[in-house]
Order: sequence, then structure tokens, then C-alpha cells
Amino acid sequence: MKILVAIKRVVDYNVKVRVKKDESGVETANVKMSMNPFDEIAVEEAVRLQEAGQTEELIIVSIGVKQCQETIRTALAMGADRGILVETEDQLEPLAIAKILREIINKESPDLVIMGKQAIDDDSNQTGQLLAGILGWPQGTFASKLEFSDQRVAVTREVDGGLETLSLALPAVITVDLRLNEPRYVKLPNIMKAKKKPLETIGLGEFGLDLSPRVTTLKVAPPPERGGGVRVESVEELVDKLKNEAKVI
Amino acid sequence: MSVLVIAEHDNAELKPATLTTVTAAGEIDPSVAILVAGFDCHAVAESATKIAGVAQILVCDDARYQHQLAEDVAALVVAVAGEFSHILAPASTFGKNLIPRVGAMLDVSPISDIVSIESSDTFVRPVYAGNAMATVKSSDDKKLITARATAFAAAATTGGSASVSELQPVDGSGGRSRFVGQELTQSERPELTNARVVVSGGRGLGSAENFKLLEQLADQLDAAVGASRAAVDAGYVPNDYQVGQTGKVVAPELYIAIGISGAIQHLAGMKDSKVIVAINKDEEAPIFQVADYGLVADLFDVLPKLSAALEK
Ligand SMILES: Cc1cc2nc3c(=O)[nH]c(=O)nc-3n(C[C@H](O)[C@H](O)[C@H](O)COP(=O)(O)OP(=O)(O)OC[C@H]3O[C@@H](n4cnc5c(N)ncnc54)[C@H](O)[C@@H]3O)c2cc1C
Ligand SMILES: Nc1ncnc2c1ncn2[C@@H]1O[C@H](COP(=O)(O)O)[C@@H](O)[C@H]1O
Repeated sequence: MKILVAIKRVVDYNVKVRVKKDESGVETANVKMSMNPFDEIAVEEAVRLQEAGQTEELIIVSIGVKQCQETIRTALAMGADRGILVETEDQLEPLAIAKILREIINKESPDLVIMGKQAIDDDSNQTGQLLAGILGWPQGTFASKLEFSDQRVAVTREVDGGLETLSLALPAVITVDLRLNEPRYVKLPNIMKAKKKPLETIGLGEFGLDLSPRVTTLKVAPPPERGGGVRVESVEELVDKLKNEAKVI
Repeated sequence: MSVLVIAEHDNAELKPATLTTVTAAGEIDPSVAILVAGFDCHAVAESATKIAGVAQILVCDDARYQHQLAEDVAALVVAVAGEFSHILAPASTFGKNLIPRVGAMLDVSPISDIVSIESSDTFVRPVYAGNAMATVKSSDDKKLITARATAFAAAATTGGSASVSELQPVDGSGGRSRFVGQELTQSERPELTNARVVVSGGRGLGSAENFKLLEQLADQLDAAVGASRAAVDAGYVPNDYQVGQTGKVVAPELYIAIGISGAIQHLAGMKDSKVIVAINKDEEAPIFQVADYGLVADLFDVLPKLSAALEK
């Protein structure tokens, strides 16, 4: 099996972002950036399949600024074979990302594409489904377990009511949820080794795609603030407040 | 042109999020239609005809829609999409799975998880775990949208008298995607996303066994039970209890967070609750910053006392 994993470089999940004064976006200068946490889970799953002898080649793709190379190197240090950076300064929407990924997939012909279910910056939760739709491939979103047999994959999905299992014919697109695995820490020797693995950079222009934005952001504002609350000293006081002040019980 | 809402249902009943999505759709254009794709789903179609403000119900009742796989339902939506200016679904795992696939087939850029509608092409949606609110404008000639259930009121389930048209099924996955099974969480309690009161527990509960203390409190308050990611990951409760950026978004009248620290990812899923209570032994816990009533105490002291006080 040949696997392709798409990873996004995002503001680290520990950072509480601030909206810019001019409301044009959020402050990203001098902010820690990391691999989207879901994408780390996607890479980990692919690496485990490779370690289990189920994978011939594991390719990482990221679309974004030059610094995405660092993010790709992290994935290579986790165990992936080679990386592709599609370099662009543009802020691209999920539909555009999916169209670029299609070009790479047409060239590389993977049997499986694994991605995160959601990028924690735009919170779109779209790209995997868009890609599957564009390719006409089956989709297994919000996966918490994968099992392969006979050119199919059984995907257990985290849905609102509990869990659901689908069987998908390969090639397919999988998007991963939090419970699929726990990503490994990368060890120093592997970071050194990763520096020698191939990482190809392609300019976005080379694809000749029309990626003009369909959705434009007019404004980014801070969320409504909650009014300050009070401390209560005892259970009795709490129950009294809920009954007589807030009137919710 | 009118607006189409994709019904979320289990072939027996409409899910409440369908009703909030109808309200969002009605704010865009008062002429609302609902698509019910399912199997043996007459009861669902029948109840949909009664929703206030809905003009037309499209029903496709066929075995291939029994489990509403995205591949199959998306093909059906595309087949009827022509006459609609906007297509909406709830921002649930159902809607999030489906709408982008439709987007790919129609070459439309979807808009996820809207919380308000500025005009027929401009919407507000949270980004960065709700730490910023983006106003976005779509230039696509059709709009594909998922709507956050807690941001819109539920449409009335009576008073409507919509017409019904039957649709022919459409080729979708062709068996490349098949349903195998499901393990749905059984509970007598109200549904999390829709409950008037939610009692949530975190890592502080320490075990699945201890979660029962919290469930007892939930029963006394007729509340749904929620959890932090840490509690779900530790196996105290099933995955569908998770509240947060990547779990469920809730906005009940009363949210009680017990043994939850209040990470941004958790706050993203509950900070629009009307009244928030936090019980935590660490007075520095960030959850207190959003709490209307904070009690710094050991939850194992508080839970029995709280249950006893509510008995009175
Ligand atoms: C990509 C990503 C997505 C995420 N999505 C979500 C999400 O959707 N929802 C979510 O909740 N989290 C999510 N998280 C995880 C989040 O960052 C936090 O790790 C998580 O919310 C912490 O859960 P917790 O508050 O239960 O645990 P902790 O942070 O460990 O807090 C436990 C709290 O319990 C208190 N406590 C302990 N014992 C007692 C006692 N006896 N009495 C009273 N208080 C006690 C402690 O003081 C502490 O404040 C996500 C993280 C990532 C990286
Ligand atoms: N710029 C990007 N480069 C590579 N992969 C991406 C990019 N943007 C999104 N993805 C993938 O798509 C997933 C879902 O992103 P989103 O639809 O934006 O929430 C992410 O978890 C990544 O796997």
C-alpha cells in the first residue's frame, strides 16, 4: 500500500490567539507554530501501518509557506519516507487545498490518503470530504480505528450518537479523530535522519489551477465576553443562588 | 429560488438539530424545503410536513439511504440541488460529513458551522476554537452551509402543512462504501446538545466508577452528561460525551463543570451556556474565568452534599 498524509502547519494548540486591532485576522507574528494535532495522529497511524509491514511508501504533503518544511521534517522524523511542499504565501480555503491535493494524488497514485478531521485554526472540517468528493473515492471521516483486508478498510467512526463502522474499498480518504492513536515523541537520532530524507518543493504556480477564493473574510472580531462571575463558599450557597438568583433549578 | 435543509434523522424521528437548521434557513429565505433521505422513513417525512414555515418535503425512501452514507446522500442532494440557492445541514457529524462532499461535486466552497446570518451571502462563524469570530462572504452562486444548532432557535414542530414529493434514488457509492455496524450510546437522559441542563465531568473524577456520582446528580436535575476530552480518553465515558472544539457544542440554561480545568478546547464547546457553574479544587483553574458561580472545593465532598441539597 502507498499512503499519502496531508499535514497543515497551524498556530500551536496551546496558544490563545488574539484578534488584530484592525480586525483583519488573528495575530500570528511570533506565535508558536506546530503540526495540526489531528495531522500528527494521521502521520502516526500511517507510520504504524508501515512498521506493521502494510506500507511500501509513506509520503507527506503540506501546502503553505516555506516554514512548512519544518513541519514536514517532523513527520519524516516520525517515520515517513519523503515529503512534498507545495509552496505558497496565499491563504487557501479547503476547496483549493483539495484541488491541489488531487493534482499530487493523480501523480503519486496512493491507495490511501489520511488527513486530520479538522484544522484547529480555521476549524473547517472540510478538506478530507472535499478531496474524497473530487476524486469520487469513498470517505471515512472521524476515524477512531482502521482495519485493512482484501483491498478494503473497515473504519470505525466517532459519530454524534456513538460509534459507526463502514467498510470502504481502496483507494479511499480517511480523516482521523482524537482516539485513533497517541502520536510518538520524535527522538533526536530520528530528527537527524529525517534531515537526509527527500523533500521536494513545488511552486503553486506549476499546477496552473484557478484557485481564486470563493469565500472571503470580511472581518475577524473577538468573541463576546462573558460577564465576571462570583465565588460561592458552600454547596448551600450555590444551590440558593441557582434557585433564587439565576432561577435555573 | 428557495432554501433546502437536509434532514438529520434515524428513520424514525427527526433530530432536534434539523429544527434549528430550519430556523437558520428561514432567516435566509422564507421559502424552505426539507430533504428526507432514508429507508422506511415515512414517519420522519410526516413529522417534517408539520414544521412551521416549511413549504415542501422531498422524500427519497430507499434501502440505500438506510444509514445515510455521505457518498449516497451527496449524489441525491446534487440531483435536486438545481432549484435551490442555499443548501443547509446541521453542523453535526452527519452534516459535516455530507456538506463538503456535495461541495466537491458542485464545485462550491462550503461554509462550516455558522452562528449568524448577515445577509444571503454573508455569515459569521467561529474560528480558532471560538477565540475569534470571522465574518465571511461567499461568491459561489450556490451556498452550502452547516449551521451550529446552539446558535438558532428550534422551529415549531406544529402549524406547518408542507406538500410532499417523492424522489427517485440516485447512484452513489455503488457498494464501494458499505455500512457494517454501529454502537450507539443508550441513555434515558436528554440528548447532550439539546438538554436544558448539562453536568460535565473531567479528569478530576478519576474513574468511570466515580462518574456514577455525577450521573446521579444529572438524574436529579434531568440533565445530560458531558465530559472533557481527558475523561473520554481515559475511558471514563464514551466518545460521544465529549464537549469542546472537536466534540459537541452545547449551550444549555445551566452547565455544571466538575473536575474540569477549562482548556480553550473545552471552553469552545460550552462558553455560550446561559449559566455556568464550576467546581474545582484548584482556585487558579481557567474554568473559573467563564463561571458565573465558582466553588473551590473537592468534588468528592461536593457531589454528595449537592445531591442531598437537591433532594430537599
Ligand atoms: C486537537 C485537540 C483537540 C481537543 N479537543 C478537546 C475537546 O473537544 N474537548 C475537551 O474537553 N478537550 C479537548 N482537548 C483537550 C484539552 O486541551 C484538555 O487537555 C482537556 O480539556 C483537559 O481535560 P480536563 O479538564 O478534564 O483535565 P485536566 O486539565 O487534567 O483538569 C482536571 C481538573 O480537575 C481538577 N480536580 C482534580 N481532582 C479534583 C477533585 N478531587 N475535586 C475537584 N477538582 C479536581 C483539577 O484541579 C483540574 O483543574 C483537545 C486537545 C487537542 C490538542
Ligand atoms: N494547507 C494544507 N496542507 C496540507 N494539508 C492540509 C492543509 N489544510 C488542510 N489540510 C488537511 O485537511 C485537514 C482538515 O482541514 P480543514 O478542512 O481545514 O479543517 C487537516 O487536518 C489536514 O490534514
